[in-house]
Amino acid sequence: MEGQLAHIGAGLAAIGSGVAAIGVGHVAGNFLAGALRNPSAAAGQTAMLFIGIAFAEALGIFSFLVALLLMFAV
Amino acid sequence: MAVDKTGAEKASGLKFKPMDQFEVVPWFGEAGDPVYWYTITNATVWLALAVLVVLGLMVLTTSKRAVVPGRGQSIAELMYGFVYKMVEDVTGKEGIKYFPYIMTLFMFILAANSLGLLPMSFTTTSQIAITAVLALGVFLTVTILGFVKNGASFLGLFWVASAPLPLRPVLAIIELISYFVRPVSHSIRLAGNMMAGHAVVKVFAGFAQVTAIAPVAILGVTAILGLEVLVAAIQAYVFTILTCVYLKDALHPHH
Repeated sequence: MEGQLAHIGAGLAAIGSGVAAIGVGHVAGNFLAGALRNPSAAAGQTAMLFIGIAFAEALGIFSFLVALLLMFAV
Repeated sequence: MAVDKTGAEKASGLKFKPMDQFEVVPWFGEAGDPVYWYTITNATVWLALAVLVVLGLMVLTTSKRAVVPGRGQSIAELMYGFVYKMVEDVTGKEGIKYFPYIMTLFMFILAANSLGLLPMSFTTTSQIAITAVLALGVFLTVTILGFVKNGASFLGLFWVASAPLPLRPVLAIIELISYFVRPVSHSIRLAGNMMAGHAVVKVFAGFAQVTAIAPVAILGVTAILGLEVLVAAIQAYVFTILTCVYLKDALHPHH
């Protein structure tokens, strides 16, 4: 029973991946919106784009890690 | 990270073992032998291979110092210029002194990530032990450097002078927490990304057991591996650029 509960928890933790996807989409979409308004300034800001994506994505990876721990370590 | 050997087994008979590839296996000796703890493992072999690849790319190809660079030397020069520009853009002129460290990090992570894409290989950067050492190295370097360069005024990093005075203690606590979470997120981002990608490849490969969807599964594996090439490069880039950002904070702690 406990193992099955852990699997349900892992599935719930996967919601975090979806929410992180929203965050990454926000970063990339807003970057594109800004870049299309001022394309000449866009090239200098790609580093900021990747940093923002990395920060948003890290939290999704954390939830993935929780899911993995529940599946294999608990 | 502790990984169950059996993996998840479905009632339908489909066998998925996406985590088996991350198991560290000693090459010599049995469990219980004294040699078991000292022998080389698949992890150490692939770490050494990553170092050899970097050496081959950066030393052998550039040893001729050709004025008109060949293929290998062009790649090495492009890598050098790319990282040099990244360090210069993010940390400024003072950061150039620490360029060798950042270049080493970038080349090593890129080589380790790329070698992990080979079939039957072991992805060393998917082990949190390895990325944690890299991230802790960055964290300690940056912290010590910050105190050596700025003295006690390095603590100004946590005291946001531009914020209203009542807010500053609250912000200081938040900044302090975010500072100490850095090595955690820095290491888990790399390891988690590599692990997740490779596990997804293995899950798609597992679908090939069903004859009806096997062609789709193989196409899926191909597509995901293409994505993984991109992820391998981007994660090496992200790791190094975050190192640059942390280095900039250490050199210029005032907001």
